[in-house]
Amino acid sequence: MRRFPAQFQEKCVTVFRSELRKNKSLERFRVSVKNGNAPGIALILLLAVLVAGCERPQFSEAEKRTIASLALNALPPLKPDTTNRYADDPGAAALGATLFFDFTLSRNGTVACSTCHQIGQQFQDGLPQGVGVARTNRRTQPLAGVAYSPWLFWDGRRDSLWAQALVPLENPLEQAGNRTAYARYVKARFGERYERIFGPLPDFSNVPANAGPLGSATEQSAWNGMSGAQHDDINRVFANIGKALAAFQRSINPKEARFDRFAAVLAAGGEPQDDAVFSPEEIQGLKLFIGKASCSTCHNGPLFTDHAFHNTGVPPVADLPPDRGRVDAVAQVDADPFNCLGAYRDGGPEACGELKFMVRDKPELIRAYKTPSLRAVAGRPPYMHAGQFGSLEEVVAHYAKAPSSVEGVSEVHPLRLSERERAALVAFLKTLSP
Amino acid sequence: MAPFWRYLIAGIGLVAVVLGVLAVVYMTAPSTPPAAAPETGQTRGSEKGMFVATFVPQDGTAKQNELQDWVLTLKTAAGKPVENATIEVSGGMPQHAHGLPTSPKMTDYLGDGRYRISGVKFSMSGWWQLKLGISAPTGSDTVVFNIVL
Ligand code: HEC
Ligand code: HEC
Ligand SMILES: [Cu+2]
Repeated sequence: MRRFPAQFQEKCVTVFRSELRKNKSLERFRVSVKNGNAPGIALILLLAVLVAGCERPQFSEAEKRTIASLALNALPPLKPDTTNRYADDPGAAALGATLFFDFTLSRNGTVACSTCHQIGQQFQDGLPQGVGVARTNRRTQPLAGVAYSPWLFWDGRRDSLWAQALVPLENPLEQAGNRTAYARYVKARFGERYERIFGPLPDFSNVPANAGPLGSATEQSAWNGMSGAQHDDINRVFANIGKALAAFQRSINPKEARFDRFAAVLAAGGEPQDDAVFSPEEIQGLKLFIGKASCSTCHNGPLFTDHAFHNTGVPPVADLPPDRGRVDAVAQVDADPFNCLGAYRDGGPEACGELKFMVRDKPELIRAYKTPSLRAVAGRPPYMHAGQFGSLEEVVAHYAKAPSSVEGVSEVHPLRLSERERAALVAFLKTLSP
Repeated sequence: MAPFWRYLIAGIGLVAVVLGVLAVVYMTAPSTPPAAAPETGQTRGSEKGMFVATFVPQDGTAKQNELQDWVLTLKTAAGKPVENATIEVSGGMPQHAHGLPTSPKMTDYLGDGRYRISGVKFSMSGWWQLKLGISAPTGSDTVVFNIVL
């Protein structure tokens, strides 16, 4: 019985008002009002009040809880990263910021992290696939709140922000450089700053100018000619470059959105003001998002992501190499010398739970990708792991149709959504921007 | 000029309609929680009746999106602690087409038939199932726990 008022308020808009429209005796009243009869007017006013009561947007208690769980003020403070002793060191973050924008950190001196992760564009580039030294195979991910993610990349093939940063530096399609060149450059250009943070730099006089385990054939053979101690010296400096970049990226936070202002007022039981007022369409979209369309099962929490991997049946892009998502990333993260269980982690192994208990062999990993955050999503088309969809309308149409996956099994099921409901979902997604 | 009794009858009619609509709304309202609520007891008998298992989060409450340790306490039907068992964990969300986001493992024997299961994580709210495959010297059996977040 306690649920009754909320149910009534929800249902009366749809049921009660259409019922009144159909009611013949009401029609008769309208005529009588013209005759100036006081009791008639009183009755109609009474009804008007009743109907108006229905019109106020209302949420059930369960809906209110879900909405509160999505608001930015529900985001807990960032946990310390014990695998990176410098994660919250301001000096390391400052050096990381310098390196993030430094074009010299690339084979040809023209590509920095910021080439693809552009500061004025939510740290992404608006392209279907990022372009560095050459075109990559995936869309550049935005970086707001990235430090909350236990897995990095669309397929989670790295398990920390600092191990992730080392990949583009050596990827032939991105910055395309090599390990010894980076270590030597950092020593020459930022030696003093580096040593103040990380301690003394080793002597590189006998280290080849260009060598690395992932580079060209000559770079690889130069790397293989180095001693184990030299490998370790270089790897440690390389890992510290990643740790500085990670320290910087920990400060890239999501911004308050219109939705957050709406949610804050709703939670406080107040009346939204100014741009915190949601239109009926936006409210309908919000209700769909957390209700019938079950978007918030995966896009949950204040970052609108469960940080997990799902096959949602997004089609592959024709001219790109085969991409099987998470299933192929498992072996890569296990083999990464910079992973949590490797030699370059600070702190103890108890921080490595995600890697230790990683799902390694389930069919549902096929074409599974990390659920992206939806914060400020309207401002950064195209969408999905290789920019498959150009607009939010296309995204919603994809979820409504829920095509089966080219490989593996999609977890999403077709939704029966009217045109108005699709538009409402898009309208709601737009409220996740400032 | 319509006489007053006509308004009275129309008014009564309207009130009747409103009451009728209310009745319909109330009777057709969905019952919450949706679908049959699963049995979420923390102590359950295994499928073949070999063990009685109690499964609880080590720090008291199941949390969303956090790696947690759980403690499984195994007793025989007669109430004796079960020692030297190995435990395989599987599961997922019966209403969604996915399994667990992690692969939890037995990491410790705590004595008294108690086993630590580490790496348990629930990545969304809703109904989760954890299936524990138990192999003990006395035999093997399975117990299923429902967890609703
Ligand atoms: C050529 C463009 C390009 C450059 C240069 C680049 N990135 Fe990226 N970044 C991408 C793309 C594309 C992805 C997704 C790749 C994938 O999933 O395979 C990505 C993913 C990431 C992610 C993962 C985000 C997440 O949510 O998992 C982080 C963090 C990141 N990049 C940081 C960096 C840093 C730090 C640098 C510089 C050292 C850098 N990127 C250089 C294009 C680039
Ligand atoms: C089963 C989990 C799941 C559900 C349910 C789900 N999503 Fe997604 N969503 C994902 C994953 C995973 C991706 C990335 C897929 C890819 O790139 O292949 C994604 C991508 C998106 C994107 C693109 C964001 C970007 O930056 O590229 C939008 C927008 C989106 N989802 C909105 C929605 C809406 C709206 C709903 C409800 C109709 C919904 N999602 C339901 C998991 C889910
Ligand atoms: Cu689920």
